Amino acid sequence: MKFVVLWTDIMVWVLVFALLAWAWVLSRSPQVKKKWHTIFRSSIAMASAIILLFYLFFTLLDSLHLRFSATSTQSTGQAVQYDGEIVSLLDLLFVHSIENTERTYSAPFAIHEYATSIIVDKQGVTKQVYLPLKHVSSGDDIWIKSFFALLTGLGISVLLIVFHLFWYKERRLVDRLRKVWKGETELPWRTGYLTLTLLVMTFVWFYMLSYDYHVLGTDKVGGDVLYQSFKSIRTGVLIGILTTLVMLPVAILLGVSAGLFGGWVDDVIQYLYTTLSSIPGVLLIAAGVLSMQVMMDNNPAWFESTLERSDLRLLFLILILGVTSWTGLCRLLRAETLKISQIEFVTAAKAFGVGRFTIIRRHIIPNLMHIILISVVLDFSGLVLAEAVLSYVGVGVDPTMHSWGNMINQARLEMAREPMVWWSLFSAFVFMFILVLAANLFSDRIQTVLDPRNDT
Amino acid sequence: MFAYIIRRILYAIPILIGVNLITFMLFFMVNTPDDMARAQLGAKQVTPELIASWKEEKGYDKPLFINTEAEGISKITETLFVQESAKLFSFDFGFSDSNRDIGSDIKERMFPSLAIALPTFMIALITNISLALLLVLFRGSVLDTSMMVIAVMIMSVSGLFYIIAGQVLFSKMWHWVPISGYESGWEGIKFIVLPVIIGVFAGMGSGVRWYRSIFLEQINQDYVRTARAKGLSELKVLFGHVLRNGMLPILTGVVVIIPSLFMGSLIMESFFGIPGLGSYTIDAINSQDFAIVKAMVFLGSVLYIVGLILTDISYTLFDPRVKLS
Repeated sequence: MKFVVLWTDIMVWVLVFALLAWAWVLSRSPQVKKKWHTIFRSSIAMASAIILLFYLFFTLLDSLHLRFSATSTQSTGQAVQYDGEIVSLLDLLFVHSIENTERTYSAPFAIHEYATSIIVDKQGVTKQVYLPLKHVSSGDDIWIKSFFALLTGLGISVLLIVFHLFWYKERRLVDRLRKVWKGETELPWRTGYLTLTLLVMTFVWFYMLSYDYHVLGTDKVGGDVLYQSFKSIRTGVLIGILTTLVMLPVAILLGVSAGLFGGWVDDVIQYLYTTLSSIPGVLLIAAGVLSMQVMMDNNPAWFESTLERSDLRLLFLILILGVTSWTGLCRLLRAETLKISQIEFVTAAKAFGVGRFTIIRRHIIPNLMHIILISVVLDFSGLVLAEAVLSYVGVGVDPTMHSWGNMINQARLEMAREPMVWWSLFSAFVFMFILVLAANLFSDRIQTVLDPRNDT
Repeated sequence: MFAYIIRRILYAIPILIGVNLITFMLFFMVNTPDDMARAQLGAKQVTPELIASWKEEKGYDKPLFINTEAEGISKITETLFVQESAKLFSFDFGFSDSNRDIGSDIKERMFPSLAIALPTFMIALITNISLALLLVLFRGSVLDTSMMVIAVMIMSVSGLFYIIAGQVLFSKMWHWVPISGYESGWEGIKFIVLPVIIGVFAGMGSGVRWYRSIFLEQINQDYVRTARAKGLSELKVLFGHVLRNGMLPILTGVVVIIPSLFMGSLIMESFFGIPGLGSYTIDAINSQDFAIVKAMVFLGSVLYIVGLILTDISYTLFDPRVKLS
């Protein structure tokens, strides 16, 4: 067994550690800490933050890739042979769902196939019957199983909550519990714990039943929809956050220098972003992805496996999205830098002979932080939704990669069937909706708290 | 005014050259003229001579950026880049891979696109502004807060969902309108209704929120307080003062997209089978027809720049303080 590191894995882990480091730096400044406290004082913000963390957890779980050795017994000294399958921790969690594929469509919790098949029985009579599914238990004990699953979920969430209560400073556990129960804590932990419990219980219920049923049905080739939906989380979240990671440095660097230096620097940067933003977004992405596709087709030697290939394609897509999406933020930052650099404290700093770089670091960037943060969170939900549209247009992620866009795209072709095959579409839309709604609500809260115009 | 417009148009030229450069580089980074010749001539019996003659016939035998063999100014003009750009600037889009004239295709497909995009745009503008005004009138009430929650929810659903749900409900289950298709003239209205309704609804969430925030920003201004102090009714304040002063930020966001309506909506048109420019683009992307994509990129940029100029002009009409110079 060895770890395999994909490009996007590196990026996502770098981003997580950067975020942690940033949070640590911020936590030393009392004013910033207070702002963040204010953000989380709203129970909606708390609930959406926990939902976002829940999605992030699955992203990270799906961003640790392993490759198992083909043979379990190896003699020492010989090179270890690895089979081609690269799996993530999430795949290991859902290994039963991957293996238990059916023949074709089946509805959620169904015990037989979605369509009838023609079979010939022993007497030679042809009949149309619903074939039973291979990997479901047809027993009627679903209620008992659900009960135990929900109980387990409750247990796990209680464990998590107790752990959090211990970790938080309060003399007696009971006191703290009472405070949480009455909603008297400074931050709305009651809502937070409720959201957590709800999420964990739903997940555990789905997960435990997925051993006996296809909880969200199966797709055309019999793949488990629940597993696909969870695998898609990584793609959606990655496109949402890594694009920002790509575009932020460019937008900040160019926006600040255009606003601060003026002159020909300003002219060149303005020309750059006017040119880029005048091209319709989807078309620029399409042109970029088409070129990339040709390049990848011409160089098949770059990738060892299909997973690495689709990963590289995802990376390119993120880069292209980053190139097309920095212009808006850059324009905002340029205008704001122009405004800030006219304020007295910058003039004073200049008069004192403070270096340009120090002025940027000490006076400009901190005053741009709210714009950057707001646009990052706002862009996130837009990018998650854009992934689905791009996959539909055919310039999204690799068709072999699990993504909500691909799920919608495949299910769309079956719309004409009677009765409708609705579960793939439904699952993809619901998973997307929860993520985007949480991101939107959270960004609303950040906007109300951080936007200085709302200070009155 | 006239001089200003001329100058803006001149200013647009370097931007369009930049756009061309980007698409040109994206294209020739991966495609050599040899590849194109091979693809055009088919895989069989491609000899180097055939490729050379094809390149000469189509003008692809020139170097990409700098022609070292030529003299003087033609060192730069006798190149593929200049030659291709010049064609685009004269709106000669050339031929697609399936040997159709792209220019006439665009002319033909523009009107179905407009038939969808224009009503969607107009209806969305009117409903969003009226809804936003209504919410501002009742700001802070239950109606306002609940509508805002609904608006966030509408925003959070993928646009594809509205289309699919609309088609299933209105066409498949209730048979009110045909599921897809297009016809010109009044007969075609039954094909247009559903895409327009879906388009308006899908954009409602973000639209209403945006207009509402613009109006709310105005309503705290001093002149609004003065107007109220004069004894004007809240409705008169809203329509006479808030709406008029809110026009400026609205114009910034709205006028710029009007010319781009010609481009149509990619998703809408391909789901509803409307033969407009949007579905044209999607088909081109799917069949990897780069000539069409390039033409659409150029057209889109031109329309966007026209939109920017129109925005500036509309400022002078609505805000007497703005003088173009």
